[in-house]
Amino acid sequence: MTSISPSNAPLVQFLLRRADDALILGHRLSEWVGHAPMLEEEMALGNMGLDLIGQARSLYQYAGEVEGAGHSEDDFAYLRRESAYRNVLLVEQPNGDFAETMIRQFFYAAFADPYWRAMKASSDPTIAAIAAKSEKEMTYHLRHSAEWVVRLGDSTAEARRRIEAAISRFWPFTGELFSSDELDASVIATGAAIDPDTIRAEWLATVQSVFVRAKLTVPTSTWMHRGGRSGQHSEHFGHLLSELQYMQRAVPGAVW
Amino acid sequence: MYTQALNSNPDKGSASLEDAELSARFQARVDAEERIEPNDWMPAAYRRTLTRQISQHAHSEIVGMLPEGNWITRAPSLRRKAALLAKVQDECGHGLYLYAAAETLGTSREELIDQLLSGKAKYSSIFNYPVPTWADVGAIGWLVDGAAIMNQIPLCRCSYGPYARAMIRVCKEESFHQRQGYEIMLTLSRGNDEQKAMAQDALNRWWWPCLMMFGPPDTESQHSDQSTTWKIKRFSNDELRQKFVDATVPQAHFLGLTIPDASLHYDEASGHWVYGEIDWDEFRQVIAGNGPCNRDRLAARRKAHDEGAWVREAALAFVAKSANASVAA
Repeated sequence: MTSISPSNAPLVQFLLRRADDALILGHRLSEWVGHAPMLEEEMALGNMGLDLIGQARSLYQYAGEVEGAGHSEDDFAYLRRESAYRNVLLVEQPNGDFAETMIRQFFYAAFADPYWRAMKASSDPTIAAIAAKSEKEMTYHLRHSAEWVVRLGDSTAEARRRIEAAISRFWPFTGELFSSDELDASVIATGAAIDPDTIRAEWLATVQSVFVRAKLTVPTSTWMHRGGRSGQHSEHFGHLLSELQYMQRAVPGAVW
Repeated sequence: MYTQALNSNPDKGSASLEDAELSARFQARVDAEERIEPNDWMPAAYRRTLTRQISQHAHSEIVGMLPEGNWITRAPSLRRKAALLAKVQDECGHGLYLYAAAETLGTSREELIDQLLSGKAKYSSIFNYPVPTWADVGAIGWLVDGAAIMNQIPLCRCSYGPYARAMIRVCKEESFHQRQGYEIMLTLSRGNDEQKAMAQDALNRWWWPCLMMFGPPDTESQHSDQSTTWKIKRFSNDELRQKFVDATVPQAHFLGLTIPDASLHYDEASGHWVYGEIDWDEFRQVIAGNGPCNRDRLAARRKAHDEGAWVREAALAFVAKSANASVAA
């Protein structure tokens, strides 16, 4: 099956961006299954992965409906090349150790929780409904990951060394969460979405308060990576997609 | 139940004289179908047998996450991906639940997991077979979970209360998994030629190992008699195996698949499907550690355990620190 090229209609692209964030982070979390540090975390990582994959499905389904070109959720997930994916670079970064996975989750959830809360006021009722469900889930992700950040920051020397390394690895990927372009702007103008930059202050306040409890320092660097939203991905991303899309590419056009 | 062989677990003592009267009272309660609870008196051998059986079952759930977990990142659709992730998560939940049931008998989860990782404790032989294709995920749900259900439904009436109650919940989830697995097989067998071939190939590889899941033939089973008296076991290995074959053969026919057993035939007189000779030598080899994936499975569990050690230490250190802080405050 050849790859698809989704419509460039702003609302379609907007939905795909959000869906891609959720799917790719969910996929990364699912890589932990069977390999987590303890059974309780097997459950938690799997749960969070499942939530995110569920959010992605709702968003892809709605994108297909809005687009009206007959594309299914699976067409969007399995039949787009790297450059057609529009997730932020943060979510595609490899898991690394448990501290890295948790800090990536924390940075994302500290954004997504207030983002979806605000999106419940979307003028688009389907988006508002997806936001209501997603917000509940992201509140849990934020609480769970924040608890781990505190535990890892304020316990053993090794855990502290690892969480500090994780923070410095992922910090430069956080800026892209708040970015938007003309395409987003036209959706924001309709009232269907909010400007993600309006979440920045709350995000930073959350990070600061959790880091204080964890006795960790918030990085001051302002230089940030960008590219995912315009389809320019890291080297890791192609490997992720070749795994995720393997069956649909190997046995094209089949019903599963 | 995924318990097929004895652990080489040494007796922890208490082999002294057990009060004959307590023993008789215990057996009378079992005979009257009462449930034995954690604080009740029980024979040391009953406690040992159950600890072994429940922990082997727990280990099987946890090791069993690996073969299927292998396909979560490659599942062919988002619906399948979510369902498989949820399923593997259920297995983990079963493991946790069962370790908790085993802990009520006085052995900690840490100790039980150490027995698994050191190779001292067994887990089901079935998880030492590889899962090379997507059809294997369907075959595992249909056949492996199907066989597990046959074994586990009678355990819902096991004399030990915590195990029996755990089994009720586990069986509900397993039967959902089994239907899900069968539905994957149905989709494949109604699909294109490549999908049909994939389904048949998976059945060919899983059929015989699934029959082995019920354990050695009754003529060789080492600990059935005592377990039957204690009402831990309600049916013999061969009885359960036959039930499984009788239930599964028509399902395979409905899929249009061929059971890989040339001598399989229906016996009108008994009303049973008669199956061919099981390769018990293969079974013994897999149990002894020589299956295709024994080393990989244990290595994966050990790696997760070792690489997670600093996380568990950090969590404990944090709890200790918080406790000290609240004492000091």
